[in-house]
Amino acid sequence: MSDGAMPTYVGMPSFPDAAREAVGDRRLRANLGRATATIRAKRAGAVAELDDWAALRESGKQIKDHVLANLGHYLRLLERRVTEAGGTVHWARDAAEANAVVTRLVRATGEREVVKVKSMATQETGLNEALADAGIAAYETDLAELIVQLGDGDRPSHILVPAIHRNRSEIRDVFRRAMPDAPEGLTDAPAELAEASRRHLRAKFLSAKVAVSGVNFAVADTGTLVVLESEGNGRMCLTLPETLISVMGVEKVIPTWRDLEVFLQLLPRSSTAERMNPYTSSWTGVTPGDGPRDFHLVLLDNGRTDTLADEVGRQALRCIRCSACLNVCPVYARAGGHAYGSPYPGPIGAILSPQIRGIGSDVDASLPYASSLCGACFDVCPVAIDIPEVLVHLRARAVESGPRHPLERAAMGAAGWALRSPARLALAQRVASASRNVVGRGGRIRRLPGPLKAWSATRDAPAPPPESFRAWWARTDGGRTEEDS
Amino acid sequence: MAIPWPWGGLRWRSAENVRRAVAGLRVRVAIFVTCVNDTLYPGTGKAVVRLLRRLGHDVGFPAAQTCCGQMHFNTGYRAQAVPLVKGFADAFAPYDAVVTPSASCAAMVREWHPRLVPAASGTASRVYELSEFLVDVLGVTDVGASYPHRVTYHPTCHSLRLLRVGDRPLRLLREVRGIDLVELPGADECCGFGGTFALKNPAVSSAMGADKAAQVRATGAGTLCAADNSCLMHIGGTLSRAGASVRPVHLAEILAATEGAPA
Repeated sequence: MSDGAMPTYVGMPSFPDAAREAVGDRRLRANLGRATATIRAKRAGAVAELDDWAALRESGKQIKDHVLANLGHYLRLLERRVTEAGGTVHWARDAAEANAVVTRLVRATGEREVVKVKSMATQETGLNEALADAGIAAYETDLAELIVQLGDGDRPSHILVPAIHRNRSEIRDVFRRAMPDAPEGLTDAPAELAEASRRHLRAKFLSAKVAVSGVNFAVADTGTLVVLESEGNGRMCLTLPETLISVMGVEKVIPTWRDLEVFLQLLPRSSTAERMNPYTSSWTGVTPGDGPRDFHLVLLDNGRTDTLADEVGRQALRCIRCSACLNVCPVYARAGGHAYGSPYPGPIGAILSPQIRGIGSDVDASLPYASSLCGACFDVCPVAIDIPEVLVHLRARAVESGPRHPLERAAMGAAGWALRSPARLALAQRVASASRNVVGRGGRIRRLPGPLKAWSATRDAPAPPPESFRAWWARTDGGRTEEDS
Repeated sequence: MAIPWPWGGLRWRSAENVRRAVAGLRVRVAIFVTCVNDTLYPGTGKAVVRLLRRLGHDVGFPAAQTCCGQMHFNTGYRAQAVPLVKGFADAFAPYDAVVTPSASCAAMVREWHPRLVPAASGTASRVYELSEFLVDVLGVTDVGASYPHRVTYHPTCHSLRLLRVGDRPLRLLREVRGIDLVELPGADECCGFGGTFALKNPAVSSAMGADKAAQVRATGAGTLCAADNSCLMHIGGTLSRAGASVRPVHLAEILAATEGAPA
């Protein structure tokens, strides 16, 4: 990918290496296990309330597929409507272009500070870092994003709850250390932590002249942008400042308000397990005397049209960033979000990051393998993204793309050669059976050689039986000549 | 009865047709034992043969069979999987129904064989996982088994979320004489095997296996049952390393067990 694409976190190790460290972090596993189990159960309850969930899910999928098949049409329509309503639309090929546009727009206001509504697109482009380089301070106003931003060198580890890896005593420590106006004697009581951040943020809302937001949905028909949130910080950012700059991935466009109705049901139940989220803000261009006087919409491609060209992989673009797949994923629950090396962790990240960024880096080439293919993610996805299908598809691309894992390649070649012929398989089985007393004691093997150590470090393996099924069948005519059968 | 196919928009061949054919005389049933069972767990294959014979159905074993290609396919070695898919279709083409004691391999065959080799779709549509064959095709849940032990059942991911076998294995187990079937907490969570995932992400895989093993031990069951020996190999290997005396036993072996011939 070009230098302008979503940056890989510097020095990011491959997923298995990063995950190994996370698995050893007992506190992280406890924080994550507790949090994901809670939200998983709540989501199941919220979804079970609706008897037409399957139909809603199918509608969501169809609407997104229709948009993706007609993306150019809907984006041009959106541009026209936003412009008619007094907004300005900018097109950004990649992360670098998007960051440059936003930086230029903020500079033009003369301001050195912006407030931000939680936005995955700007996490993806690394906007905060780009603004900092230009001498502009960006303040995250979502509570979890704020915790991450104040945490020294911390990174988001969940799409909906970026600070899910933190428990409340860690959050208290972060506030005490990095929040200048944190009250004396702050405890880890949730109400106290919320009150401290509310006071801290209120000052920012009231003084900020520029806000940067993401976008959940953009209604092409009317040029209306929609943001769903829970804390009210979004409403503040979208209404108080004089200038509003919204950055959205091009796949966020939907045709009409009728289509929005489907997603307003799918998204809250899937993400926060609520029937309806507390705040849904929508705005269309600018309205004199009400809200921002200046509105800019940045349409971000950043690998999305490349992804769209892949017939199997393109379904990842249906994603509405709900996090349901993270919350049910047994791999995510143990590896944590940071191991995925991208703002998009979990199953959706494992199929999105390697497509947006390409599979050049170690972490991106390892992400399609960061799954046991258990299928839980597909079951809960509100837009029916068949994540296991895409993972397997990307694995094939990773294998075909280059000379990684020569040992695995050789082993797969040898196994394929043996399995292509029943005679060769039978020979291999006879060799295995002959070695059974050498390799295993009491029917089990405690140590395996070479790469198979990865198995036997934690798990016994069965010793080969005295004869294979096919040898038994041949010897006894399928058991017919065997007395005890 | 057309059973909806969950993952691909395909439809599974009508089980009713096969049931009719099996009820007639000239139906040919084959066992696809799978490469893992063939090589490491022959007892499971023998149990399927014994069970189906007890129910009045002879079983053929086409010796040309080897492997469904799942390991290669799921690891990204698609080109290596294709000859295995073709070999599978050729080996089983003469049979009216193919029964396999692996939900995972049955899912690979039904879901992916037709997409990899369109000519393989006919054979693929006649493949049944054991509990599907017993409940849907033969129409039995009481197979005359006896297994007087405390058992907990782990529904493997591919039986649950790919094949959607639902409670078929449990319906079969509940009819077993003398069985003390206890519920497994967190049953629907993956054990962490995942084929080559167990080797490529050993830390996460082992952590998942350890959690699953702990849940199994908490039930107090002496036997862990599942419809796939690969998952049982993973949980069983974890339990064995921890010194637990829980015995992993494939569903087929419990269903084949009788008072006269215990498992």
